[in-house]
Amino acid sequence: MATIKAQMPGVFYRRPAPEKPVYVDDGEEISAGQTIALIEVMKTFNELKADAAGTVAEFLVADGDEVDVGQDIVRLGEA
Amino acid sequence: MRRVLVANRGEIAVRIIRAAHAAGLETVAVYSDADEHSRWVQLAGTAVHIGKSAAAKSYLNSAALVEAAETTGADAVHPGYGFLSERPGAAKEFADAGLTFVGPSVSTIETMGDKAAARDAAKRADVPIVPGSGPVGDVDEALAAAEHVGYPVLVKAAAGGGGRGIRPVASREELAEVLPAAQAEARSAFSDDTVYLERAIDGARHIEVQILGDHAGNVVHTFERDCSVQRRRQKLIEEAPAPGLAAETRASINEAAVRLARQVGYVGAGTVEFLLTPSGEFFFIEMNTRIQVEHPISEAVTGVDLVGEQLRIAAGEPVSFSQDDVRIRGAAVELRINAEDPDNGFRPTPGDLSRLDLPGGPGVRVDTGFVAGDRIGPFYDSMIAKLICSGPDRDAAFARGRQALAELRVEGVPTTVSMHRRLLDEPDLRTGAVHTKWLEELLPDST
Repeated sequence: MATIKAQMPGVFYRRPAPEKPVYVDDGEEISAGQTIALIEVMKTFNELKADAAGTVAEFLVADGDEVDVGQDIVRLGEA
Repeated sequence: MRRVLVANRGEIAVRIIRAAHAAGLETVAVYSDADEHSRWVQLAGTAVHIGKSAAAKSYLNSAALVEAAETTGADAVHPGYGFLSERPGAAKEFADAGLTFVGPSVSTIETMGDKAAARDAAKRADVPIVPGSGPVGDVDEALAAAEHVGYPVLVKAAAGGGGRGIRPVASREELAEVLPAAQAEARSAFSDDTVYLERAIDGARHIEVQILGDHAGNVVHTFERDCSVQRRRQKLIEEAPAPGLAAETRASINEAAVRLARQVGYVGAGTVEFLLTPSGEFFFIEMNTRIQVEHPISEAVTGVDLVGEQLRIAAGEPVSFSQDDVRIRGAAVELRINAEDPDNGFRPTPGDLSRLDLPGGPGVRVDTGFVAGDRIGPFYDSMIAKLICSGPDRDAAFARGRQALAELRVEGVPTTVSMHRRLLDEPDLRTGAVHTKWLEELLPDST
């Protein structure tokens, strides 16, 4: 299973700001290097970027949840 | 007032618990998943789990805090700093639940939290403010206002704070371009697109005055602090008193802070922040309606227990001393030890605190919420400890600071210790010739 993993521990956000739309929706095609979420580490926001192209099959983490380094965030389908 | 719920974490939770116990009050600590085995949980009389590690699901969840107070029979809430300390909505929820909020009234928090309203209050109190405008709605209004304010200007979000929502602008052309973007940013960051202009002042020092007000209308100050050593508007080193301040300037700035506090009927501990220009003029920036991180340096030079006074005042008692009783004795410096890597752009660095050997001796105070073996998690701010070093004069305080840094051993995470060692020997800092951009100019790679 191809996944995008968290590169750092922190709090996971799917939106750039609470009232903004999500970076990517389920089923959306994404390209390598595209920002798909934010991870907040000690009040600093870091962009989580896709390391490969593909289709977002499913987010494995809910908005606002805690994530650990290396944790699977997104399951990718075929590009 | 009998039992205080401490609605915070880390070193300030420990500080509040100490002050409350010393005052004969009982304490209730709160903790998130990440903080179950923390120092403040051990020190408090009782402790309540309030939610998951993410702050929005624990320390920012006012409903969970009210519930914790109700189940433990707490009759007061101390918010510390950050988190809910300056949110009028939360203060109102606590009050509505019959809890005493250790801080000013809801309306004071509201007024001083709105930058434009705070400036109006300062004007009414005859406290000088940075030349600026009222709210500007569009580019034409902004351009007209900027002619009076004078370039360079800052475009500031009325609902911003902590250095957020501020854009520097050097010219008419730039202002026309920046204004719509600044409004959009303010709308998305603070749900309020109101912006105003303010003169940008170069080479200024950040001077702030600690005040205390009580329900009887007494307002006193415990002198000023100099917090000019900042990076991205985050303070790293603070001093009390401000070095090299003319006696006349000191008197005027402290009196101005007291005037403003009186003007708004301030109750509790608060800090009035000013910019001091190289020519000795000072201007009000904002008021923080809570205890500050750097409060211990004021305690060190005046002997006043500021958190103890907060609790007294909340309980309806008067401030325990009069203005004439307060004197500055010696000097104090605070060094913030953060889990950040100064060699790597001050990147925050969570990790396991495998070793924490703390300094000691005369004039050395360490405030921390951690012990060796704790995890410095990614969920909250990066501060591990504060070293507060004081002595009969500034040189003695700095000498104790150097010794304290030499004794301090932190292992498991990179910290700002090495940066502090270097800074204490910087000629500009030793002579007091620093301003709010000094550190960023000294460490250009750090931003």
